[in-house]
Formats: sequence, structure tokens, C-alpha cells
Amino acid sequence: MLHQKVEATDQSTTGLLVDHVGVRIGSTPIVNDVSFHAKPGEVLAIIGPSGSGKTTLLRAMTGELSYSGHVLLGGLEIGDLPPEAQAQMRGVLPQLSQISFPLTVSEVIGLGLIDRQQKRRDRLVRITEALSKVGLAGFEGRNYQDLSGGEQQRVQLARVLCQVWEPVADDGTPRWLFLDEPVSSLDIKHQYQIMRLAADYAERGGGVVAVMHDLNLTLTFADRVLVMRRGENLAFGAREKVMRTDLLSRAYDFPLTLTKCAVAGAPIVVPVTGR
Amino acid sequence: MSESTISARKIRMRSWFGIAEARNGSREQLARAVIAVLVVATAGTMLASLAIGPISVPVFDILPKIATRLWSPAEGAPEGVSLRDWVVVMDIRLPRVVLGALVGAALAVSGAVMQGLFRNPLADPGIVGVSAGAGLGAAMFIVLGNTVLSPVVALLGIYAVPLAAFLGGLVTTLLLYRIGTRGGMTSVATLLLAGIALGALTGAMTGVLVYVADDQELRDLQFWGLGSLAGANWEKVASAAPIILLMLVSVPFLARGLNGLTLGEAAASHIGVRVQRLKNLSILMVAGATGASVAVSGGIGFVGIVVPHLLRLTIGPDHKYLLPAAALLGAILLIAADTLSRTIVSPAELPIGIITAFVGAPFFLWILLRKRGLTGL
Repeated sequence: MLHQKVEATDQSTTGLLVDHVGVRIGSTPIVNDVSFHAKPGEVLAIIGPSGSGKTTLLRAMTGELSYSGHVLLGGLEIGDLPPEAQAQMRGVLPQLSQISFPLTVSEVIGLGLIDRQQKRRDRLVRITEALSKVGLAGFEGRNYQDLSGGEQQRVQLARVLCQVWEPVADDGTPRWLFLDEPVSSLDIKHQYQIMRLAADYAERGGGVVAVMHDLNLTLTFADRVLVMRRGENLAFGAREKVMRTDLLSRAYDFPLTLTKCAVAGAPIVVPVTGR
Repeated sequence: MSESTISARKIRMRSWFGIAEARNGSREQLARAVIAVLVVATAGTMLASLAIGPISVPVFDILPKIATRLWSPAEGAPEGVSLRDWVVVMDIRLPRVVLGALVGAALAVSGAVMQGLFRNPLADPGIVGVSAGAGLGAAMFIVLGNTVLSPVVALLGIYAVPLAAFLGGLVTTLLLYRIGTRGGMTSVATLLLAGIALGALTGAMTGVLVYVADDQELRDLQFWGLGSLAGANWEKVASAAPIILLMLVSVPFLARGLNGLTLGEAAASHIGVRVQRLKNLSILMVAGATGASVAVSGGIGFVGIVVPHLLRLTIGPDHKYLLPAAALLGAILLIAADTLSRTIVSPAELPIGIITAFVGAPFFLWILLRKRGLTGL
């Protein structure tokens, strides 16, 4: 009991606390009464069928949409924080990223370098580092608009990484990555590369919240999982507790089963019906 | 050839200017060099425009004298300068060059800011009807200034027409933004069509004013409507300069925000841009600068679309460099076009709006053709 209480205070100062959050777009309620929490050092995956409100919830948590209830990041109400303050605490990878003018890759990533004291030389070095992290070394001078969808997505991730480069700020507060389907347009190799990058960010003390479509990647990389259905919180908890055959089948309204991969021994999700 | 091949080639071409730039993808050094060249070119164009005309004037002899006069004002021509040359420079050409620089800078920067705001290279105060709205405001004062609106004129003096043009431009820009933008995305088609509709509406209202105008007012209206710097004098400079200079000195503070907006409104706010404030300030500045320009020089079109586009092709879309470079190149182009307009059919002169339209309209079509299919107009 005492232990639990300590954890709760810890949550409210360093973690992400989502408390009875509801979001409306126009007059339509999209997210209803969702509560969960995330800790720095962990990857939290938000899963659920299309239209279940995952992205809307993420947009509320990143200050883009107004919400009812509470979203506390490091003990601060997101809705009350100015964009500058939020930008110091977390980076956001949006789902779709079209830019309006022909910037080079380097210029796009440079937009994430929000520390205006940083020297030009250091900025260029950081951009190069970020590009090699996302597997696009040498892409600096390419025109962003000429890249494939998957390459653009990774350039955007490099931009987001530059914004919150150190997972833990100098004063010890953790930083956060909010990722909306970070691997949706990537091939399998780069899916793993990017998810490892996210997991590594968490291991170094940062927090990661990712909207995911791929259940197998979720099984492999998520520490905690929030399952949404029809705008509501269907289940939330540690991965092993939530990623269960019955729960997933109910969430997606589709018969799924969990089995073990014959080669790696890792759990995988497959449809019951085959074809 | 596909759009992507074209832009890939463009980046390769840029490597001619600086090999390192192309490799690390940063065009900052190139941009700084271009701005330095533009500063020199602006000074050169101003000098040339002072010297060129039906009467040739020894500018280099007169310039130092002007500087001395700034410190110790006096009447008449200074020693060593003929009264004729002195009057030509001080009362005719210099105010015109200064006004041309102000208007050119204002139009080009307004175009660049508006394109950044609407996230589209085709947005321009002239094309989407902001100038027409500003024109309506100005026309109201030209026609009704002596009758119904005379108390306002008495109160505001030379600032009445620029302020009216500003308000006209502001209302049009706000309407356009409300109509053309949904959820942070601007539809080009809606924007341009709304611009046509608003332009027609303000045109009709201006038509009513033309209908009730007397002969002198009609002449004023028509001359002004073609777009010209011919009426330039120090009073016009004084009425437009405060608004335009205020806009030019504050616009650099928009650069970071407009850069962020390249990613879209949501992503801009994610990197710490106060998007709503940015939008409000941008609209205010575009309306102010366009209004002030339209009030003193009428409808000079296309500067706002040609200048930023040419610059984006060379130094890239970074507003930190694009905005100052646009101000300089806008000033250069307008002074050059004005010099042409008053010499090409000398001793008569062609309204400058005709020249900018001859150059700008085909340019606009060229951008449209290049972008067609990509933007899904």
C-alpha cells in the first residue's frame, strides 16, 4: 500500500498522467473518459482499430486539441503550457508530413533544433548524427520532397530527435517522444531499426508514447499497452497482461491468437482464420 | 521531365555556388552571399535611377551635397550644382526612387509572408484580392474625401488614404483566411476562387464610387488604378514610410514561425511556434504593407509573386534569409521597372503596373504549369 502511494507521487512529477480525458471534434465525442499513465524509461503503445481515437488522443496529449479531464506531463497540465514550454519537454512525430516548400533534408531537420544558442557548426554535426541514427546517412543535401514516403518519415523522426536529443534534460527531467504510427510506411528492416531507436530512447531515461498498428512490433517493443476501442479505454497495463488472445480479438472484432515464433521463440499475433 | 528531376537538378546546380553547401544541405552561406550582392545592387539601382532620365544628372556630384544638407538644412541649390539638376533630383527623382524602394520591398515581403502563411507559392496580395480590397479603401477616400469623409481626412491628414487601404486589405485578408483555410490546410483552388469573388465584389463597390465621382476624382482614380509611381513626392513617402518601415523591421521576427509553418500548423506548434499569434501578426503586416503601397502607388501587381519565387529557387525557402532578400530584390525590381516606365516612351510615361503585369503574368502561368498535377488544383 505504501509502495503504491510512493509510485503515484512519482507518476505525477516525472511521468505522463492521463486522467479521465475526453476529446470532442466539433460536437462529436471522439475520445471518452480515457485514463492511463506512462513512466519515463518505458515504451507505451496505444493500439486499437482504425477510428478508435488513438490519434485524436495523441493530438490532445500534445497540446493540439483541447480536452476535458487532465493530461499531466511532469506534473504540468499540458493544456496550460505554452508551445515553447511543451517543445522543450517533448517531440511529436505526426502521421503525415507534407512540407509546403522545397527544403533540403538538412533544412527540415534543422527546424527541430530549437535551441537558438546552438552554434551553426554544432547544428550541422547534430543533423548528421540524427540522420545516421535513422539510417539516412549522407542525405543532408537531398530535396525532401523527392524522397519516398518512408524516407520522409525517417527524416521527420530525425527532426523530432534533434528537438529532444537528450532523453533526460540537464535538470534531470525526462523528455518524451510522442510518435503517431512511426513505422507505418517503413519496410520491415527499418521498422525494427526505428522501434529499437525508440526503445533505446526509453532505456536512456526518456519516455516514449507511440500509436501503433503493428501488433507484433507492439509485442516486441512495448512495455505498457493501452488498447482503445470506440474512443474508450478497453484495457491498460503491462504488455503481458494486455496482449491476450481474448482481449485483442475483442478490441479488433476479429479472431486473433497469440502463438510463439518457431525460430525466435518470441510471441506473435496471427489471425485464427488463416486466409 | 518530372518535378522531382527538376528539383534534383536545381540542387545540383546550386552546388556550383558552394560545394560544401550542397553536401551538408545548408544554404545559409549562399543566402548570405546573395543578400550581400543584393545590398550592393540596390544601391546601384537607386543611383542609376537617379541619373537616368530625359535630363542626365551628375549623381556622384550631387550625393555628397545631399548628405551635407541633411546636417544643415538650407534653401536653394548648393554651390556647384545647377538649380535644375538639384530640383530634378530632390523634388522629382529622389522621392520617386525612395517610394519605389519602399513599395517594392513592401510588395515582395508581403508576397513572401502570405505564401508562407498560406503554405502556397501562388498566394499573393495582388492575385487573391487583398490589393483590390485595399484599393476600395483608398478609392473611398479619393472620391468621398472632400464630402462625406472630410471629417476623417481632417483628423488623419495624409494618413487617411493609407489607413483606409490598410483596413480594406485587412478585411479582405481575414475573409480569405476564413474561407480558404480548413484545419490548417489551405486549398489553392478555394483561395484563388475566393480571391476572384472578393475581387469582383470590391471591384463592384469601387465601380459605384467611380459612378458618383466627378471629373477630377475620376482622373485621380484611373491614374491611380493603373499602378504608377508618377505622382511620387515627399508627402507620399511620408504617408507610406511609417507603416512599411514598421513592417520591414518587424518581419524578421516572423521568420522562425513561418519556417515552422512549412511543416504544417500542428508540427509548427509542436516545435514551439505560437501559431495563432503568428497568423495574426502575418495578416496584420501583409494588410498594412499592401495597404500602404496600394494607397501611394495603386495596383502594381506580381512583384509579390515573382520576387520570392526567384529567391526560393536560388537561396531556398528559409524565411530568415528569404524575407530580407525579398525586400531588397523587390526594391531593385520596382525601381528598375519604374525607370523603364518613365524612359521607354519618354517624354510620356507608361504606368509601371503595365510593365510588372507584362513580366509577372507569364511568370505566374509558368509556376502554375510547373506545379500542375502536383498540387491537384
